[in-house]
Amino acid sequence: MNIVVGVKVVPDTAAQVRVEDGKVTWGEAPLVLNPWDEFAVEAALQAKEKFGGQVTVISMGDEAALEALRRALAMGCQQAIRIYDEPLAQADVLATAQVLSAAIRKLNPDLVIFGRQAIDGDTASTPAAVAQVLGWPFVGLVTAFRGFDEGSKTLEVVRTLDEAKQTLRVPLPAVLTIAKEFAEPRYPSFIGIRKASRAKIPVWNLAELGLEVHPPRVTWPEVMQPPQREVVCQFIEGETPREIARKLVDKLIEEKVL
Amino acid sequence: MSKHVAVVVDHFQGQAPGATWEPFTPARDLAQALGGQVVAVVLAADGQALAQEAKARGADRVLLVEHPSLADYRTGLYGKALAALAQEHDIAVWLFPATTRGKELAAWLAAALGVGLLPDVFEVALADGKVTARRPVYAGKVWARVEAPLPAVVTTRVRSFEAPEPQAVDAAGIEKVDLALEESPVQVVGYEKPEAEGPRLTEARIIVSGGRGVANAPQVPEPCAGISDPKEREKCIAQEGFKMLGELAKALGGALGASRAAVDAGYISYDHQVGQTGKVVSPDLYMAFGISGAIQHQAGMRTSKIIVAINKDPEAPIFKIAHYGIVGDLWEIAPAILEELRERGLVKT
Repeated sequence: MNIVVGVKVVPDTAAQVRVEDGKVTWGEAPLVLNPWDEFAVEAALQAKEKFGGQVTVISMGDEAALEALRRALAMGCQQAIRIYDEPLAQADVLATAQVLSAAIRKLNPDLVIFGRQAIDGDTASTPAAVAQVLGWPFVGLVTAFRGFDEGSKTLEVVRTLDEAKQTLRVPLPAVLTIAKEFAEPRYPSFIGIRKASRAKIPVWNLAELGLEVHPPRVTWPEVMQPPQREVVCQFIEGETPREIARKLVDKLIEEKVL
Repeated sequence: MSKHVAVVVDHFQGQAPGATWEPFTPARDLAQALGGQVVAVVLAADGQALAQEAKARGADRVLLVEHPSLADYRTGLYGKALAALAQEHDIAVWLFPATTRGKELAAWLAAALGVGLLPDVFEVALADGKVTARRPVYAGKVWARVEAPLPAVVTTRVRSFEAPEPQAVDAAGIEKVDLALEESPVQVVGYEKPEAEGPRLTEARIIVSGGRGVANAPQVPEPCAGISDPKEREKCIAQEGFKMLGELAKALGGALGASRAAVDAGYISYDHQVGQTGKVVSPDLYMAFGISGAIQHQAGMRTSKIIVAINKDPEAPIFKIAHYGIVGDLWEIAPAILEELRERGLVKT
């Protein structure tokens, strides 16, 4: 089973992201493989280990994307491809989906795996859009692979919905996103890190994909700092826990939240 | 120019989560600005009740597509039905609640129509023939204004718009639509339903949440006394602590949350996790017991209306965003609050 896993580089979750001079900045905070994508890479590697084949990791982005690609290689992916071109700097979900789909078609995999969302744009939209562009089935928030039927090329998966877990049989090729319950992502091995640091990572541009992208439909005319919560914590004290509890309940009734 | 506003009704086997009706509020304003109607779309095996409720929540018309294969949600199947409706009806803005299904479908539909997608917005309007909206990005550390030309697809952030109160209405305006639907290639084998207990985290008005501090009991609770392995004993203590917080949550008619630290330590399952890599919540009341308040946790709960923090450490960062703070032992404070609620008859049954 040949697998493509799509990843993105993002500022670390601990980054102090803010707006300066009308632009988003995260200071010196490191760029890392999107945390949700670690689960996608883990799922891709497990699929390979169970069902055979190889894993190719792809990312659309400038050179910063190499950080995410190398991390995925260090975890155990066999090859990495970066996709970039000048007009893609402002790509919206639709353009991103078209570009990724073109790269995926070229790689011709059986399975495409993404994380549930990137923690920068937080749109959680690209994977379903890719599935639509490819015309392949889409299943979001997969928590387990139950089995693969070689004959019918059908993968049995479990996905979470808010109301229930749903078991589905998905004919391949298909596009999935992976939920955190799937499995704890593995740490890169020392050998993996060494290999990844030496790997040659080709760059595919729009000409190579035979693609032209339209100007983005969606624009971000403004980013802003959310209003600061002017909160001064009111500390509640008392002689006994009960007295503290009574004062707190009084306050919560006053605030109309009880 | 297209001019109607469609709201796609989210449901699981005919049951709509609360967030389903929230987009009807901005839909009314957008329809008014466009001089069009609010058109609800119901895709279901049996959707009469949903169609009725959509009318009651303010839809001028309901497009009701009923088909046995629509009993089980599959993204492509539902998406194709919506794309077919888009061909026949003059829709300027498609609205979905930003629930799991809503987000998937919106992304699929926007790609199918080749139009702009504005996900997870907390504010949306029309200006100069465009949809203009605001949404949190970077886990709410930044807000972005986003714009797309008409037609456009929008998902509304859960608990950011108040759903219209249901009105008494008749069944006029419910139109059954026949679509030639193909069977989905994705087959449903079955479901496993969790035991439903109280409201879901993302929809709860009150959340009682616990962190690493839940493991620090002044006295080892009875069931854990015989455990000699310190790690196992700690886990047992924390699980007892979460039981206690769960009781408080239940008494308040709320949901039980947890920090990532508590989940990673194995005290409680991941579906309770609040934060950047868990659930993002915005309840009226968030009570944080023994949670220090890492930036990743704050990203998941900072927009709560009232935050109460209970922590032994007066320097814990959580107090910087809390409205009310108690420096003390959660093992004493949580039962005291529960007793106080019981005595005042404030316990929800």
